[in-house]
Amino acid sequence: MKKIILLTVLAFATAVVYAGGYRVSLQGNKSLAMGHAGVAVISSSELVFFNPAGLVHLENKLNISAGASGVFGEVSYQNESTGDFAKSDNPISTPLYLYASYQVNDWLAFGLGVYTPYGSTAKYEDDWAGSHLVNNIELTAIFIQPTVSFKVGEFLSFGGGPIYVTGSVNFNRNLNRTLTDIDGNRSEVTLDATGVTKWGWTVGAMFTPVDQLTIGATYRSKIILDVEDGDAEFENIPNSPLTPFADTTFGASLPLPAEITVGMSYKFADKWLFAFDLNRVFWDVYESLDIDFTDENIPDSKNLRNYKNSSTFRFGLQFDASKMFTLRAGYYFDESPVQEGYFAPETPRNDSNGYTAGLTINAGKHFEIDASFLYLHFKEIVASYDYYLENGQAAPFGGRYKSSIFVPGLGVTYKL
Amino acid sequence: MKNTLKIVIGLLAIGFVSCEADFDSPVEAEGFYTSGTADLSNYVALGNSLTAGYADGALYLTGQNNSYPNILANQFAKAGGGEFTQPLVADNLGGLLLNGTQIRSNRLVLGVDADGNPGPIVLDGTPTTEITTSAKGPFNNMGVPGAKSFHLVYPGYGNRGGVASGAASPYYARFATSDNSSVIDDAALLSPSFFSLWVGFNDILSYATSGGIGVDQAGNLDPATYGYYDISDPNVFSGHYEAEVNVLMESSTGGVLLNLADVVSIPFFTTVPVRSIPLDAATAAALNAQLALYNTQVLPGLVAFGIISAEEAAMRQVNFIAGINYPIIVDDDLTDISGILQGPPFNLDPMTAAMLGQLRQANDDDFVLLTASSILGSVPDPGNPQGVVGVSIPLEDAYVLTATEHDRVDVAMFSYNASIAAIAEANDLALVDAKAALAELTEVGVPFDSGIMTSAYVTGGAYSLDGVHLTPRGYAHTANIIIDAINRKYDATIPKVNIGNYGTITVSNN
Repeated sequence: MKKIILLTVLAFATAVVYAGGYRVSLQGNKSLAMGHAGVAVISSSELVFFNPAGLVHLENKLNISAGASGVFGEVSYQNESTGDFAKSDNPISTPLYLYASYQVNDWLAFGLGVYTPYGSTAKYEDDWAGSHLVNNIELTAIFIQPTVSFKVGEFLSFGGGPIYVTGSVNFNRNLNRTLTDIDGNRSEVTLDATGVTKWGWTVGAMFTPVDQLTIGATYRSKIILDVEDGDAEFENIPNSPLTPFADTTFGASLPLPAEITVGMSYKFADKWLFAFDLNRVFWDVYESLDIDFTDENIPDSKNLRNYKNSSTFRFGLQFDASKMFTLRAGYYFDESPVQEGYFAPETPRNDSNGYTAGLTINAGKHFEIDASFLYLHFKEIVASYDYYLENGQAAPFGGRYKSSIFVPGLGVTYKL
Repeated sequence: MKNTLKIVIGLLAIGFVSCEADFDSPVEAEGFYTSGTADLSNYVALGNSLTAGYADGALYLTGQNNSYPNILANQFAKAGGGEFTQPLVADNLGGLLLNGTQIRSNRLVLGVDADGNPGPIVLDGTPTTEITTSAKGPFNNMGVPGAKSFHLVYPGYGNRGGVASGAASPYYARFATSDNSSVIDDAALLSPSFFSLWVGFNDILSYATSGGIGVDQAGNLDPATYGYYDISDPNVFSGHYEAEVNVLMESSTGGVLLNLADVVSIPFFTTVPVRSIPLDAATAAALNAQLALYNTQVLPGLVAFGIISAEEAAMRQVNFIAGINYPIIVDDDLTDISGILQGPPFNLDPMTAAMLGQLRQANDDDFVLLTASSILGSVPDPGNPQGVVGVSIPLEDAYVLTATEHDRVDVAMFSYNASIAAIAEANDLALVDAKAALAELTEVGVPFDSGIMTSAYVTGGAYSLDGVHLTPRGYAHTANIIIDAINRKYDATIPKVNIGNYGTITVSNN
C-alpha cells in the first residue's frame, strides 16, 4: 500500500523548459527588416552574426552596429470541453546586439559580436490549467563571438570564429495537477541556473561572382549548455515523508541546436536588392529534457520533446529611396520544430508567418539609425502535449492555442 | 520624409493592434456556452454533508472550495451563472468550537507512522471555527452536514441553544438567519432561480454507519420521536422532500434532484473484508473443541424447546478453520438467549450466557464497517491474551451491518428513490441517478485522462479518508454527472470539468 501511495504522490515530471522553438530571430535591425535574411547581404557589421565571411567586403575601415528589440508576445489558450482559458502575460524582453568589424587590409578583417539569439520569456497565470507543465519560464543566452574574415582570391571569402555562450534559465511549474499543502496551495518547483557557459563555433563562406550577385552560407555549431548545480527550490510541499521534496540542486542539458543557412542576394535594378535565405535548424538534438535532482529521494524527471529539424524561408527587399532613406521589407515562413503530440505551452510554436519592414535613416556621414518591426503571425491551432505522465499513465494536456508576437526594434550603425 | 514617417507609424500601429492573440471564437465570450432553458443566475444548493463539501470527517476550507455545488457554480458561470456564496469555515483543520469548547474533531489526513506505514490520522491543531460568531446567511450553498430530509424544514435546526443537546446542527447554527429559521426558509430568502437538492442519505446512512443500532421507523410518521440512528419512514421522507421542492419551485424555473446511493457502494462498508481472522490449525481446533458443546447440544436443545428455529440454530453455529475465518459478531436481530442459557438445563454462568446471547459467526452477506479495522483481532484486556475480538470476544453490533439490517436500508432507499423520481417527474425537474453513478464507481470505476477512479479506500481516488464522503475528484465527478443531466433536460451546453485536475486524499503528518 505504501508503494502505491508513493507512486500516486510522487509520479510527476519536472521539466525545465528551454525555449526550444522560441528562437525569434532578432540579430540585427537591417536584416530583420528584410525578413531576417542576410547571409548574402553586404551592408553592415551585422554580418558577424549573419555571415562572418562577408565582413571583409565592407567598405569602411570600422563598422559598429548596436541595437535592441522589444518583444511583445502573447499566447492564448482555451479548452472548449472544460471552458478553461488562459492568456500568458509575457514580460517584455529586450534582446540586444552589438557588432563591430575592423578592416585590416583588402583581404583581412576582424570582428566581434555580442548577441542574444535565445532570449524569451513566457508567463502564465499561476495555477492555470497547464501549470503542471509551466507557470513561467525565462531563458537567456548571450553569445560572444570573436571573428576573422578573409578573402581567398577575387570572388571568394571565408570567415568564422569561436562562440562563447553564457546562459541562464529560470523556470517554475507545479509539481503535478493536484498536489497541495494542507491549505490548498499548489506544490511547485522553481529551477534556477545562471552562469552556464560553453564554447561553440561558426564558419561562413561568401561567393561574389559578379557585382549584382552574392551567394553565402553559414554554419553555427550546436552548443549544449550543461547545467550543473542549478538550484531547485520546492514550495508548498505537504508535511509528509510521502512527499520528500526538499530544496536541492539539479543537473540538466539544454541543447542549442546547430544551424546552417544558405542564401543569395541580387541587385535586380538600380537601388533595388532582393535577398533570400534558407535556414535549417537541427532541432533533432532536442530529444528529451532530463532533470537530474541531486537529492536521491526526489525522482528524476524525463520530458520527451522529440523536436524535428526545421527550415525557415526568408525573403527580403531593399530599396535605396533617397540619400537619406533606405527602406526594407520582408517575409519569412518559419516551420515549427514541434511535432504533433509534443505541443507544450512553454513553447507554443506552430508554423508562423513573419512580416517585417523597416528603414535606415542616414544621419550624416558616419551615423545610421536602423528601425525595424516584425509581426509574427500564428494560426489558431488545436494541439496537445501527450507525454506528461501521471502514475505512469499519459495525461495529455491540450487545447486551442493562438500566439502573437510583435517586435519593434531600433539600432544605430557607425561607420568610419 | 513626411510620407515615409506616416507609413512607418501606420505600420507600427497595425502591429500593435494585431499583437493581441485572440481566438476567433473565445470560450469566455458570452453565448459560447448556454444554459438553454434553465436560468442559472441564482443557483442555490440544498442537501447534507455531501452538498456542503464535507470530507475526511470534517468541514474545512479546501473541501468547501471543492464542493460539487461550488464546482458546478464555476462551470455555470461560463454559461450565464451568477455569484455563488458558501458558508466558509475559518480554517483547514475542520474542527468546530461551541463557546470555545471543541465539539467536532479535526479532519483526517493520511499520515505515516514511525515504521513508515501510512494510515489516516486526525490532524493536530486548535480549530478556529466558532459556531456562535459566524457569518450571516443565507448562502447559495445551504448544505448542512448531518441533515436528514425532515431537518431542512425543521424551525430551530440552527438554534445555537440546541446544539449541545443535539437538537440543532452546529453547522447550520453558524449561518441560520435566526434561532427559529429553517434551512428551506433561509434558502427561499434567496429566491433561487435554479436549485439542486440532494438530501435523504442520512435518513438511512446514520443507521447503516452505526451498524444498525437504531430502529427502522417504518410506520412511525412522527420524526420528532426518531433517534439519530433510526431509519426514517418512507412517507416521512417523501412528505418532507416534496414540501421542500414545493418551496423551491416558488421562485425557481428549474432544478435538479439527486437520488440516493446504496450505502454498501461506499468504502465505509466495503474496505474491511468479512473474512479477516487468520488462525492456524491448532488454534482453530482448540476453539472448535470449546464450542463443540454449544454447537451440538445447546443449539439443538434450543430448537427442541421451540426457542429458536432450526434455521436460526444453523446460522448460530460457530466453526473455525485453519486459514482466514469469519469473526464472531453480535447480531441484535437474533433471539436473545442469554437469560435462557443461565437456567436449566444449560446452567451457563452469566458471563458466558451473555457472550452467547446474540452471537453468531459473520457471513458473506454481512458488511464489516471501516471503524472495525482497528478493533478486529485486538486484545482489549492486556491481562487476558485469550480475549481476542472476533475470536473469543464477539465484534459489537455497531461494527457490522448485517444482511437483515442492510435489507431495511435497501427497502427504505428504494422507496425514497421512487419518491424522488416521482417528484422530479411531477415538477418537470432534472433527475440525477446518483445511485447508478456511485455503483459504477464501485463496480467498474470512472475512467479519466490518467487512470480510473474507483471507490477503493485511499487508493481509488473517489472517497476521502472517512470512507463515506468524497474527495475533490469525487465531487468533481458528481458535478459532471449533474451537468450532464442539466444539459439533457434544459438543452444547455455547460462545459464539464476534467476530474484529473482535482485532488484526492491529503497527505500530512502532525
